[in-house]
Amino acid sequence: MRHTEIKRLLSVNVVCIASIILTTLVPSLFLENFSVLGTHLIWLCICSASVGTGNVILYLIFKPNPSMRRNSIAHKVAKFIRCCVYFFVSCILFHGIIVLYGAPLIESILETFLFAVLLSTFTTLHCLCVLGPNFQAWLRVFSKNGAMSIWDNNLQITTMCSVVGAWLGAFPIPLDWDRPWQVWPISCSLGATFGYVAGLLIAPLWIYWNRKQLTYKSR
Amino acid sequence: MRRWPVLAFVAWAALLFWAALGLFARGFLLTRLELPQRSACRPGPPPWPGPGPAPPPAAASAPGGCWLPRRFARAVLVLIDALRFDFARWEPEAAAAAGPGPGRPFANRLPTLRRLLAARPRQARLYRFRADPPTTTLQRLKGLATGSLPTFVDAGSNFASHAVREDNLLRQLADNGKRVVFMGDDTWDGLFPEAFSQSYFFPSFNVKDLHTVDEGILQHLYPTVDGGEWELLIAHFLGVDHCGHKHGPDHPEMAKKLSQMDAMLRSLVDHLANDTLLLVAGDHGMTSTGDHGGESEDEVNAALFVYSKAPLFQDLPPQEPETVPQVNLVPTLALLLGVPIPYSNIGEVMADLFAVEGDAASSVLAQLAAYSVNAWQVNRFLHSYSLAAQDLSEEKLLRLQDQFSAIMEEYKQFLAQAGPPALPELQRLRSRFSRYLREARAVCAESWARFHPACMVAGCALLASSCLLCWVASQVASAWGFSYRHLLLYPLLWGVAGAALLGLAHLWGWAGVDFILLASWAAAASQCGFFWHCWARRSWRPRSTGPRSSSGAAGLRQRLWARAGPALPLSLLCVRCGAMLSDSFVMAEAQVVAFLLVSLVLLLVLRLHWEGRLEDSPFSWQLLGLLGGILACVRLSGLFRQCREETPHCRSSPVLAPLSSLQDPQTKNFYYMLCLAVLVGLAWGVRCWLRHYGNLNSPSPPVLFVRWGFPLLAICIGGYWAITSGAEEALVQAHPWVQLALVAFPQSVFVLVIAGLLLVLWDPVTVFVKDSREAAATGGPILLPSSQEELQQVIPQLYRRMQESLKSRLGETKAGSRATVAAYGLGSVYSAALLIPLALLGFLFMVLHTERLSLAFLLLFLEAFAWLWVHSWAGALASQADPFTVPWEALIGWALAAAQFFYATGHQPVFPAIHWNAAFVGFQQGHGANLIPALLVGANTFASHILFAAGCPLLLLWPFVCEMAGCQSRTPKSETDDGEEQLMEMRLREAPDKFSLALLQLGLKYLSVLGVQMLACVLAAMILRRHLMVWKVFAPKFVFETLGFVVSSIFLLLGIGLVMRVDCAVSLWFKQVILAQPR
Ligand SMILES: [Zn+2]
Ligand SMILES: [Zn+2]
Repeated sequence: MRHTEIKRLLSVNVVCIASIILTTLVPSLFLENFSVLGTHLIWLCICSASVGTGNVILYLIFKPNPSMRRNSIAHKVAKFIRCCVYFFVSCILFHGIIVLYGAPLIESILETFLFAVLLSTFTTLHCLCVLGPNFQAWLRVFSKNGAMSIWDNNLQITTMCSVVGAWLGAFPIPLDWDRPWQVWPISCSLGATFGYVAGLLIAPLWIYWNRKQLTYKSR
Repeated sequence: MRRWPVLAFVAWAALLFWAALGLFARGFLLTRLELPQRSACRPGPPPWPGPGPAPPPAAASAPGGCWLPRRFARAVLVLIDALRFDFARWEPEAAAAAGPGPGRPFANRLPTLRRLLAARPRQARLYRFRADPPTTTLQRLKGLATGSLPTFVDAGSNFASHAVREDNLLRQLADNGKRVVFMGDDTWDGLFPEAFSQSYFFPSFNVKDLHTVDEGILQHLYPTVDGGEWELLIAHFLGVDHCGHKHGPDHPEMAKKLSQMDAMLRSLVDHLANDTLLLVAGDHGMTSTGDHGGESEDEVNAALFVYSKAPLFQDLPPQEPETVPQVNLVPTLALLLGVPIPYSNIGEVMADLFAVEGDAASSVLAQLAAYSVNAWQVNRFLHSYSLAAQDLSEEKLLRLQDQFSAIMEEYKQFLAQAGPPALPELQRLRSRFSRYLREARAVCAESWARFHPACMVAGCALLASSCLLCWVASQVASAWGFSYRHLLLYPLLWGVAGAALLGLAHLWGWAGVDFILLASWAAAASQCGFFWHCWARRSWRPRSTGPRSSSGAAGLRQRLWARAGPALPLSLLCVRCGAMLSDSFVMAEAQVVAFLLVSLVLLLVLRLHWEGRLEDSPFSWQLLGLLGGILACVRLSGLFRQCREETPHCRSSPVLAPLSSLQDPQTKNFYYMLCLAVLVGLAWGVRCWLRHYGNLNSPSPPVLFVRWGFPLLAICIGGYWAITSGAEEALVQAHPWVQLALVAFPQSVFVLVIAGLLLVLWDPVTVFVKDSREAAATGGPILLPSSQEELQQVIPQLYRRMQESLKSRLGETKAGSRATVAAYGLGSVYSAALLIPLALLGFLFMVLHTERLSLAFLLLFLEAFAWLWVHSWAGALASQADPFTVPWEALIGWALAAAQFFYATGHQPVFPAIHWNAAFVGFQQGHGANLIPALLVGANTFASHILFAAGCPLLLLWPFVCEMAGCQSRTPKSETDDGEEQLMEMRLREAPDKFSLALLQLGLKYLSVLGVQMLACVLAAMILRRHLMVWKVFAPKFVFETLGFVVSSIFLLLGIGLVMRVDCAVSLWFKQVILAQPR
């Protein structure tokens, strides 16, 4: 049981990674002059969109937390709308935090917002897929003994890695190397992406490594 | 409570750091005194008596020259930055191997020089041009103009600009009516403002840009040369240097750059007239990576090429090019062009260039004339310098003086002789002159222009061990019994013994000693003593390893996990330290510090959540609100930053400008109102705080001062700002009362602040006792304490008694017991006594800054308060934390905030960014002495360091103060056990020994946090001392950081001392209360 679960998790994560890699390669077939650094904003949009849809589809298929009691259409629509609101609010929140970290307030507002969207895709959307629009559950998962399944652990690790990646991505910005990737927000979004990918890879490995110690309370 | 040992320990720790910093600075900062004198045509060198056959060194009357007859009407100095010697030299091997060798792209790229050297050996010559370290362009240019050795701190110069104040060649030329034309690197503009009759400056800052400067020069060079409107033409090419920095010397780009230079020289030679001297020089070399600044052979060996159309040299060039120190260019060029040698020159004339046509004897005589003038000037300089400063060795100077007199005597005799003297004797005299000048230069170089690596390494080591000492001592203070005798007294004795030993060695002549060396020796010895005693006492400590050994792998993981919590804030500190090692990060430090501070706060709150402490806690929303407050303060404080000159795209905040610079009256009024609001807000905030904790009821003088003095202060500052922002220059001139107000307002602020501080020091107890007799009547009589221990027992008793009485009296009223207890103000007596001086200092700093920076100070106070609350709530939520220990993350955040507000009050660690105007606040007419302006500028510059260091004890006190607020919010629980009252800061008095240890620990921890940052800064300066930016970035950063550290440690001591003073006064107050009770 545990092993099959981990394998499922691994396959989901590998598909996610593949979707990110594809976003860097495929668009150049259709769009002229496309490159991750050159047309960064377009890449940000494509990456957010593809990772987002990929996540949604994958988690609809695998259903890590099958706890739907009422399945009426109205309920589903309400839930979807709440998800959208949550996602939007998290984008705004991330934008605010990024600005508080020192990003310019007015100039390059679009870049900052798209970066916030990317971060939300990596973190909030993931949460929405796994836990649904349930803020209490989110709070629970992000505390010390709050993980109730390997999916929750996966969520913890990928979220932490994406955020830390974005944080580390800010480091090269002040250096005087004059590289194209030092322009705001390229290094941060690349950092977040690398962090996310690393998280996707680390999480199954970590869970596998610690499978003896991980004991989940039942709900 | 042990007061003096605590203060002594912290002071000792601070002294250890100071000694280490002094030692490092001795090795790192090169110092020299600048003399203000200038050479003039007359009085020139004394004319020697006697009818000499050779050209006499006639004084002012020499035709076309001043001290000597001039040899050239004009000169062209082509300065190719970083022209290393082997760039200019012809390598036959490389040439033989089919043109330029593949391995060395720079080899043989200047064939013009080679052609001239081979074809006209009497007209051209190549020298090895030796630069004195530090080999950075700025210092080299200073050296090339003044003929002296470069230093970082030229004492006496104006820090605000780089302008060369010493006598220099350009100034001599200008004074003697010669026109100097310059083209190239715009560094010269800052160094020699208005020295040029015509100039074409090009931006030099961008090291990546290889061509702007060079092509700019090439556009103007030939027309200017042909125009002939000049006597000295300087062209400073930067491409080679920038190419080195960008690609290194072994790069095809370097070959291209050198070829371009060659083409330039080839056509320049064709444009020259017969009476023109051409000099092609490099200011320094470069290492194999293209950097420079240090003293390796590759860096100090530059090339000098001399050429004239008229025959110049008497004899053929030697096989191996001669070596010429760079300072020699100044006297040579000065005498060749017929102007006096600059006053501070220590160079030696290049004798080859003074040889004349004809027989050897007359040639040597001409050289001797130049030498004698040169030696006379150097001797005059050494004499003046030894009168002004003592850093040159006395006995060496004396020997030089003797040498000079002997040579001059001999020279006079030669001139007095009738017949032509014998050639060998003349040559011997020439070499004696030359030796004298060389020795003089060596004496100067020894003391001025050398890093002392041993001093630097020793300083670093001492600094590191001081940090370690602070850390160990703070651990010891919390973990096991702290013995001042073993950990303070004995180490101090060790230190005294060490110093005495060195002193004895000095007396017996084994070692040269100065004050810094003695202090650092004593510091090292006392540290040894500390560590030895620490180690010796460690073994007596009871071991508690029993339960640990049983834990297995899971236990290990848990412990690692538990360690990771505190380690994360420490890693943020490490990031901050690491950021000091890169010039880009130092330049962007304002952003770096803010970024790290935001990270630290977020990390703190996230960790609380992760550990599940925020769940169903009533604080969580308030905590989030405070978090938002801190983040907003940090972000908003970014609006007050000044830019460095190295970051051209950056715009300084317009808010830094004084209000008087605003044109629009409406905006001006708006900002003025805002500033007034800040003043009122600060005064009102302090009042509110005191009222809330009941300290405002007390009749003690500080409270009266808060009630009446604060509004008065605000009025004075407001009035001062009204005048400074509104008054036109003309109005100020016209009305004497405006001038009077300009002086009177700030001075009354100073007086009020000082009076307030003295009042707090005199009577810091802000406690209101309402009818204590009644209070005592409810319980039994309290025995008069006979000893200190008994008194300590009585105090809480008394305190409880007072509370009970109040409760019984006011028990039924809705005000509730807590408010009435607080009305005494006893629970916050320490914090109140600290807050009042901090607010006073805040007012003082506001008046020293421009008006709108008061907003930044408001942010500073808000952020500090929010941080204190976050820290104390985080402590309250972490249940098992010891309230007497201030956690590291709180101190790291405190130190980061101090650094952040250094930048957020419009400062930068560079000399041009200092707010010099602060020296004239309240002293419109300037000053008699230097002390007051230094204090004012220092207070302005280190305002945030001072506030945060002096406020550091609040970190310990605040959790006790907010105990009350905490209990209030925990309503259901505290209603039930009403018996447990809020002692607040009286808890500290209940455990006086723990209190004193806690203060000690706090001081040591803050010192070690600051010390670690200091260590990183020092290491950066040491490791990167040959970095391109060392004199622009790292050395000023080191100076500012050192001064900031010293100021911080002083005010930390003062803050702790104030808490001690309050404690003292509170003890006295208790005694009085008890004595006043009916028996
Ligand atoms: Zn240079
Ligand atoms: Zn350079």
